[in-house]
Amino acid sequence: MNRIKQKLQEDKKLLSIYFTSGYPEIEDTVEIIKSLEENGVDFIEIGLPFSDPLADGPTIQESSTIALKSGMTSNKLFEQLKDIRSEVSIPLIIMGYFNPILQFGVEKFCAKCEEVGIDGLIIPDLPVDVYNEEYKSVFDKHGLKNIFLITPQTPEDRIRFIDEVSDGFIYMVSTASVTGSTKGFGEETKAYFKRISEMNLKNPQVVGFGISDEDTFNDATQYAKGAIIGSAFIKHLNKNGKNNIQDFIKSVRPV
Amino acid sequence: MTYQADEKGYYGEFGGAFIPEMLYPNVEELRRQYLDIMKENSFQKEFKALLKDYVGRPTPLYYAERFSKKYNTKVYLKREDLCHTGAHKVNNTIGQILMAKRLGKNRIIAETGAGQHGVATATVCALMGIECIVYMGEIDIERQAPNVARMKMLGAKVVPAKSGSKTLKDATNEAIRDWINNPVDTHYIIGSVVGPHPYPDMVARFQAVISEEIKTQLKEKENRENPDYVVACVGGGSNAAGAYFHYLDNPEVGIIAVEAAGKGIYTGESAATSALGKEGIIHGSKTLLMQTDDGQITEPYSISAGLDYPGVGPMHAHLFRSGRGEFISITDDAAMKAGLELAKLEGIIPAIESSHALAIFEDRKFKEDDVVVVNLSGRGDKDLNTYIDYFDL
Repeated sequence: MNRIKQKLQEDKKLLSIYFTSGYPEIEDTVEIIKSLEENGVDFIEIGLPFSDPLADGPTIQESSTIALKSGMTSNKLFEQLKDIRSEVSIPLIIMGYFNPILQFGVEKFCAKCEEVGIDGLIIPDLPVDVYNEEYKSVFDKHGLKNIFLITPQTPEDRIRFIDEVSDGFIYMVSTASVTGSTKGFGEETKAYFKRISEMNLKNPQVVGFGISDEDTFNDATQYAKGAIIGSAFIKHLNKNGKNNIQDFIKSVRPV
Repeated sequence: MTYQADEKGYYGEFGGAFIPEMLYPNVEELRRQYLDIMKENSFQKEFKALLKDYVGRPTPLYYAERFSKKYNTKVYLKREDLCHTGAHKVNNTIGQILMAKRLGKNRIIAETGAGQHGVATATVCALMGIECIVYMGEIDIERQAPNVARMKMLGAKVVPAKSGSKTLKDATNEAIRDWINNPVDTHYIIGSVVGPHPYPDMVARFQAVISEEIKTQLKEKENRENPDYVVACVGGGSNAAGAYFHYLDNPEVGIIAVEAAGKGIYTGESAATSALGKEGIIHGSKTLLMQTDDGQITEPYSISAGLDYPGVGPMHAHLFRSGRGEFISITDDAAMKAGLELAKLEGIIPAIESSHALAIFEDRKFKEDDVVVVNLSGRGDKDLNTYIDYFDL
């Protein structure tokens, strides 16, 4: 069974961490993955850096710029990950924009993902309609789960459609914003979490954007299955390098 | 076969809407309504009245006699340089501000490179009394101080884009992020035929007034609606889209697109997207763009700030790929010389963007009785410093 699906069946609130591959140092990717698994993180999103990340705020863009300057590429990432499955069993998702994947070749990219043991992809600028018509069969062939985003403004019929096409979880964007731009959730956001949970979707929801600490993690997972932290973790890496990852994880989810 | 956008915003294999889900409601709202709104009588009436009384349309179609004589063919100049604010950009911003009002938006955002589109947007926002925020690369803000001052005089807030390479593509990224953060009250006025569907088609339709007027004016002057060729410079490609629009599906009219070769196509300092670009996604559209093998978008170069965009609109990508359009690239040098030549022969100082279109006559020969319309997209006032430095005037 796909590692993501298996993880979602566990009876706990899931904590996922996003980091940009090749950051802070180009060869940190594997060590960060290992450290996140050791510290009890439930699944990981490995960011594939892009020159023009539209949906991201300054923190993630800056980390991408640095990774690209150090020479990070799709090929480099697959090279770094080639033995990852002999080291970790945690579900791994690659999050990246569509253009680098298109240049690599979608079919070839999916095949490489399967080869190194990637479980799913998040491609923010590949709309569900295009995916469904043109790429779903390729993803399925290589056993990859494609994860879609919804926002507080996504109409109900579109959420239903996304739920139908999805087979894993739904990435619930907490507020209308780019990554790393909110502090704490207001009543309106909590009402949105509740509204979605009451839709009885077949896919569990995992909240992203605006999760940075224990409070926001607890608020987000009151109704959802899990939550994803990105920018706050990148800031931690920026300050501490790849050391003390356990301090960060403990500050979000004390044992 | 048509060279217009289909229902899903595709020109052949190019176009579409590759946008993050956060933008879906905004773009979808626009997509569902733009054609209906544009068809409304009240909209057309208001749009046309403003183009006439505020922009100063129709702009003349001028027979450039001395220039024609030099190149031994018949050259007409479509004088978009005489539009209010100095370029064709205002045709689109007038259209989009009226669109924004009908969609109930009370906040306008825009991106700008050299500042021409920013000024045209700030102008219509002042006209309508609507809040205006213009994103501009930090480097461009330094290079284009007079346009920054103009936008400020017009009441716009100019926000520096500090990410990435700090130029036009980054200003566009910042504007898109603003739109993601403000999904309800804000309309994004994109300045060219780029971005997700419906933008390329909507902007082309607002600029289509250019070729509509050419048809009428050419009928008066030459007793024919169709020239043999229509020539325009292409950065993102909005003036070209407007100049070609009514001729796209008429094979009798040759379409010539002129790109900026910068210091030479293969020098690494160029913006000749058709020669250097590969298919990919930029700012929500599948098109030709300049990028690395790894799919990272690269920074183009041209002496003309209006042409240094790493992509072209999907309409132009299709015109190139299908062979419908003839693509020529012109170096900085050749463009500057052509600009100076037009000044001396016709008493018109063109924008450096438009100078690229004029420079093709040196090598691209036409028949003596060919009628060639060149879209003179803007005037050269904004480029005086560049002309002064270049020719040591």
